[in-house]
Amino acid sequence: MGANIYKNKKPLLLFLIPAFAFMVLYLYYPFLINVMNSFQKIAGMGEASKGFNDPWYSNYVEIFFDKNMHTALKNTLIMIVVTVIGQVGTALLLALMVDNIRCGAKFFRVVYFFPIVISATALGLLFNLIFLYDKGMINQVLEILGFETLTDWKDKSNALFTMMFPVMWQYVGFYFVIIITGLNNISEEYYEAAAIDGATRLQKIRYITMPLVYNVLCTCVVLAVTGALKVFDLPWTMFPKGMPLNSTWLIGTYMYYQTFEAANTDYSSAIAVIIAVLGVVTAGIVNGIFKERDY
Amino acid sequence: MKKKHFQISQVLIYAMLIVWAMTTIYPIIWVVQNSFKIRNEILSNSFAMPLGEMFTMANYRIAFDRVPIFNAYKNSLIISISVSLFVIIFAGMASYGLVRYSFRGRNFLNSLVIAGMMFPVFSTIIPVFRMELSWGLAGNDSLMLSLLAAILPQIAGNLSFAIVVLSGYIRGLPVELEEAAYMEGCKAYQIFVRVIVPITKPSFATVAIFSFLWSYNDLFTQSFFLRTKNKWTITMLLNQLTALEGTNYGLMASAVTLVVVPVIVVYIFLQRYIIKGMTAGAIKG
Repeated sequence: MGANIYKNKKPLLLFLIPAFAFMVLYLYYPFLINVMNSFQKIAGMGEASKGFNDPWYSNYVEIFFDKNMHTALKNTLIMIVVTVIGQVGTALLLALMVDNIRCGAKFFRVVYFFPIVISATALGLLFNLIFLYDKGMINQVLEILGFETLTDWKDKSNALFTMMFPVMWQYVGFYFVIIITGLNNISEEYYEAAAIDGATRLQKIRYITMPLVYNVLCTCVVLAVTGALKVFDLPWTMFPKGMPLNSTWLIGTYMYYQTFEAANTDYSSAIAVIIAVLGVVTAGIVNGIFKERDY
Repeated sequence: MKKKHFQISQVLIYAMLIVWAMTTIYPIIWVVQNSFKIRNEILSNSFAMPLGEMFTMANYRIAFDRVPIFNAYKNSLIISISVSLFVIIFAGMASYGLVRYSFRGRNFLNSLVIAGMMFPVFSTIIPVFRMELSWGLAGNDSLMLSLLAAILPQIAGNLSFAIVVLSGYIRGLPVELEEAAYMEGCKAYQIFVRVIVPITKPSFATVAIFSFLWSYNDLFTQSFFLRTKNKWTITMLLNQLTALEGTNYGLMASAVTLVVVPVIVVYIFLQRYIIKGMTAGAIKG
């Protein structure tokens, strides 16, 4: 059938070349060059390479002993845990609740998605105002509730929370929408059958809903983990340059800092390689733990 | 008895859902209402509606006077519209080719597409910048060339996602329409333009909106290429605003309002496509 149309392969090249030329030139080729750069001596972004480092892997040795890099890795790992538990967990709870109400589901779907369409930079400024020491929204609320002293949300003990909460909050709606779509795909018949057998509401969730959305949850966890590695805009707006006292670095923000503020191009290339490796490794681990299952 | 219990749990569920909804709605309302107040009122009385004496347009006057906000809008729109336009054209063509033609290396190209989604922008940006610098695109004074320098990598970054979504849609189309067009004497590219593009419109809309949003909201890539004031986009402007006017809270609130409100309005009109596209891309990807 119809195979004649697509026997002539000449137009195929025309269809494929623009997209793949772009991807090769702007993704695959730079990726390889970046790995090369990480072994070379490059001071400024616009400067030519001055040959290989001695020894060629010296940037990676430096990363290994770099205190800020340790902070960045630690914070990024915390960020991964926070996003997986906070985003996917909250999203699952909200989705289960929305699945159990009679009307208004569409309203919540639209509203929960608000933060995702807003740029993280704007949200960063917004949260700067909300967490302002003297006196943003939170501290005004605390004052009304009778707290005497103001909390400095950006000092060293609170900084990580103040940075990660907005990031977590922003993407809950994204996973919520994915999970609720998964829930809507579950046939009503399963629940009816369970009701005839006398299952309670919680039993239905435990034995029908959870197994049937398991694969969707796996997708969400993988997306959350890889997403956590890419976080940049919001932390950089709220806590530029690892403030306070180098305590809020993430690998993304630290790489940016090394590129622009420290003008250490080859070193930031090496950090970028680490980010890519970390992405593949964590995605692999998560895929291993949460294997997709057939029910 | 049973009935009553059921209703209490419903009330509880609604209460919790509404609490979360408040966290996503109220900050926007809060920042809008504070954008009409002077600094001292924001710091002492941020929950009041800006009525009567409290109401002021001063923040907006400063925003339009002191910050190149229209210029930033213009730059952002040029970038985002070009990115979404080229993404749907290139990705549409590639998806059509990948779905309808069978040829050697098709699986390889498909896996190249999927792998393209795995590259973090961090790991390609420096070589891309250096490459464009050597071409004379990046790092010079020309506004248009600098915008182009930011547009090109963003097109590449969005192609993978777009191809995954579009080829999912095209695969589901019946091939009979294309056969009919072929009988009428259409060439392959005519079939693409006259048959495939019109029926794939909803999916094109989704992809276009997403590429637009991602590019409009992007700070990282743009901050490499658009570093002077006349080249600032909306996100660059917001990012620089903290450094320049960090304590002028009224100005910050008005700037955030000017950036967020148009996006929210557009989102409410287009949410059908946006939400559908998000889930389609995510679940298949």
